[in-house]
Amino acid sequence: MREFDLVIIGGGPAGMAAAVAAKKQGIDDLIILERDDRLGGILNQCIHNGFGLHTFKEELTGPEYAERYSDQVKELGIPYELGTMVLDMTGDKEISLISRRRGAETVKAKAVVLAMGCRERPRGALGIAGFRPQGIYTAGTAQKLVNCEGVVPGKEVVILGSGDIGLIMARRMTLEGAKVRAVVELMPYSSGLKRNIVQCLDDYGIPLMLSHTVVDIKGKEKLEGVWVAAVDERNNPIEGTEEYFPCDTLLLSCGLIPENELSKSMGVELSPLTGGPSVDESLETNIDGVFACGNVLHVHDLVDFVSEEAVRAGENAAEYIKGKPSSPGTPVAVKPGNGVRYTVPSRLYTQSAADSIHIRFRVTGVYKGAAIVITCGDKEIMRKRGRIFVPSEMQDIIIKKDKLPEIDGDLEVKVEEAVK
Amino acid sequence: MYDVLIVGAGSSGCAAARELSQYKLSVAVVDRDSDVCEGTTKANSAIVHAGFDAVPGTLKARLNVRGSKLMPELSRRLDFAYKNNGAFVLCFDKAQLPDLEELAKRGEANGVEGVKIISGDEARAMEPALTDEVESALYAPTSGIVCPFEMTLAFAENAFENGVQFKLSTCVTGIEKTSFGYTVHTDKGDIDTRLVVNAAGVYADKLHAMVSREPMTVIPRRGEYMLLDKEAGGLVSHTVFQQPTKMGKGILVTPTVHGNLLLGPTAENIDDKENTATTRHGLAEVRAKAGLSVKNIPFNKVITGFAGLRAVGDTHDFIIKECEDAKGFIDCAGIESPGLSSAPAIGEYVREIIAGIIPLEPKPDYKAERKGIVHFAQLTRQEQMELISREPAYGQVVCRCETVTEGEILDAIDRPLGATTLDGVKRRTRAGMGRCQAGFCSPTTIKLLAEKLGIGLLDVKKNGSYEKEADGNA
Repeated sequence: MREFDLVIIGGGPAGMAAAVAAKKQGIDDLIILERDDRLGGILNQCIHNGFGLHTFKEELTGPEYAERYSDQVKELGIPYELGTMVLDMTGDKEISLISRRRGAETVKAKAVVLAMGCRERPRGALGIAGFRPQGIYTAGTAQKLVNCEGVVPGKEVVILGSGDIGLIMARRMTLEGAKVRAVVELMPYSSGLKRNIVQCLDDYGIPLMLSHTVVDIKGKEKLEGVWVAAVDERNNPIEGTEEYFPCDTLLLSCGLIPENELSKSMGVELSPLTGGPSVDESLETNIDGVFACGNVLHVHDLVDFVSEEAVRAGENAAEYIKGKPSSPGTPVAVKPGNGVRYTVPSRLYTQSAADSIHIRFRVTGVYKGAAIVITCGDKEIMRKRGRIFVPSEMQDIIIKKDKLPEIDGDLEVKVEEAVK
Repeated sequence: MYDVLIVGAGSSGCAAARELSQYKLSVAVVDRDSDVCEGTTKANSAIVHAGFDAVPGTLKARLNVRGSKLMPELSRRLDFAYKNNGAFVLCFDKAQLPDLEELAKRGEANGVEGVKIISGDEARAMEPALTDEVESALYAPTSGIVCPFEMTLAFAENAFENGVQFKLSTCVTGIEKTSFGYTVHTDKGDIDTRLVVNAAGVYADKLHAMVSREPMTVIPRRGEYMLLDKEAGGLVSHTVFQQPTKMGKGILVTPTVHGNLLLGPTAENIDDKENTATTRHGLAEVRAKAGLSVKNIPFNKVITGFAGLRAVGDTHDFIIKECEDAKGFIDCAGIESPGLSSAPAIGEYVREIIAGIIPLEPKPDYKAERKGIVHFAQLTRQEQMELISREPAYGQVVCRCETVTEGEILDAIDRPLGATTLDGVKRRTRAGMGRCQAGFCSPTTIKLLAEKLGIGLLDVKKNGSYEKEADGNA
């Protein structure tokens, strides 16, 4: 059985950044396992620009951003195996994998970084009634078909969900000559970034229909059209508001789900709020030496934040391998309060925290002129004002090291709404 | 000229084809769709009913019990997934206990083994997820679950191997009585045959009316379902029915042979024989009623919804007989529930009818066994290693949710009656059947299909449904 100090599951942006960071910390006996035939993960199909503004102060395309990291992987001589699928992992960090080249194999790791990414929510999970014809794709699948396989799946398009991939694909399909009739969003606000709404919809005159949804699908063999209806405050379609849109393609951009089937197989505890592992400030899961980062941990909107998070996971994995004692004492919980959907991490070991602590989270609605407040009992630890907080933008608050001694109990992260 | 032409490549037609393939006959199956198993057979509860529901003395009762008895051995010989998991019929109201007892009596009269009435507590002890409202239950240990796709494909492939011809994408447009038997007109030309077996599902009445004046109506009764992720598959281990009504067996909750959880069906008579669309009210009904039987169904784990049409005849029984006024035309119609369970017995029964018309002489070289597609995920580690070293394509996972390898997909396309569509690959291998519903694997599967079939990526179809543009009504 091959043994490694560190096995990184996934060669996307998270996996690569974690590997590079661990290597720089002196971990030489490591490997990246990637199921696809190249490093880079989903970035390879994201040929639009806008990546890397934070990290490189440049606007890169997805493949370019990926290349910055894959170049480092290669320069540093970090081994990686492509076309390699992990089938199962145990709590003892025994990893079953298969590949064409090496067949079926089990390897053992001292530490593991989980970086498997996420998947798109499929139609069935959305409960849209109607036929099941050809022509319905998740936005990411369509993106792969257009950008990697060179085929454009349709000519007249409706997009359900205003997630970033859906917005990007609205523009992409338009540039490929398709007519995008509308982007339909169930919520009263978009789940995509503002810049994408401007650059991908407004610039092309594509209407964004907020508080609307697709209620029925026509066409048995091939998609012929969809009915769109307005929804009430409880997201139930309002009868009489149905409008028919003829189309041959329906793209779904209705949310991403961290892909944690492998994490579960090894006994990693998941957060019901994120769908990802529940971790402490070092991004370590409930299993010693198993770390998580990137979209497998919680869905990010910017890859720069994925890379930054992955560096911390990689460095902490390196510390673990080098024998750093496990965190002393019992952790305090970090709980989402008013207006906050989740937090990562969900627990903190304040005594052993090496440095300042990142608290990442999303708000549950659109908040203007509000403040984010972190409290510990009656004590206010942090306060951050913002012009506007929206669910589509992940928030990142850093608790400086000098604040840590003040934390003597559970933390609550909440939105303090503006007084009306 | 054929001795027997079977119209319809669903479970009944394919079961009959397989039965007949044992004999020195020339047999063909026609179907308007481009694959077998595209109609009623592909969208149902996938249950092998024990046989307590049908009225004693009916063909339904007899063929259901016989079919259920044949199923275990057949699943081994033809290599398809079947599991004997037992079933409950739940009674929520003391006042309805007599009806439950009536069901148990029917079971006894039909020769179903082991049927008994137990208390709600006894039922909950065996199936802890049952709700507290369950007052009593009928327990049927012989009930089972099956993969309808695999079963029908197994029948078809076995029939094919034994010489039956399959004429797919071929739509029957008319039937003419001739001196030798029948000339069947199709959109791909005429087919001469001595006998016709009408296994045309919801269109069996239309086909029947081409040759017979005997009245027959087949009503499409739509049933809507929800399928849940494998994570929810362990919620129940038995099939959980509610007490039947005149519209059917009610909403059930069952594990599938592949470990998902299936909820449904609704029962709604409709006019349109093509309408397999789900509806908002239908899916809402499934949700509401399934929750009466089983606690804490995780509806956030729903991965897909679908609808199927039962072919409901007007006699409350299967109609399997030679037409009085059209000799040599054998109806196999009104095959609603328990049609899937009965399929092996329906095949036998059709064969018996045909044996009464023309002599059947066994083939000496008949192959009674069939080997299905290797399911990589089900192999032991050692077997996986050996398989990859022999055939590296099995080391490449295409569908990550169901762990389906390239080797399996290539086999599904290459084998006899191979897949030509995404759905065809899905039904044969489960690629795309999992939690991401083909999001990740479909681009690769499309590429493999295009390469193998020598067509463009955009020409690869999702399903094998008959295209309405063409003429014809069957």
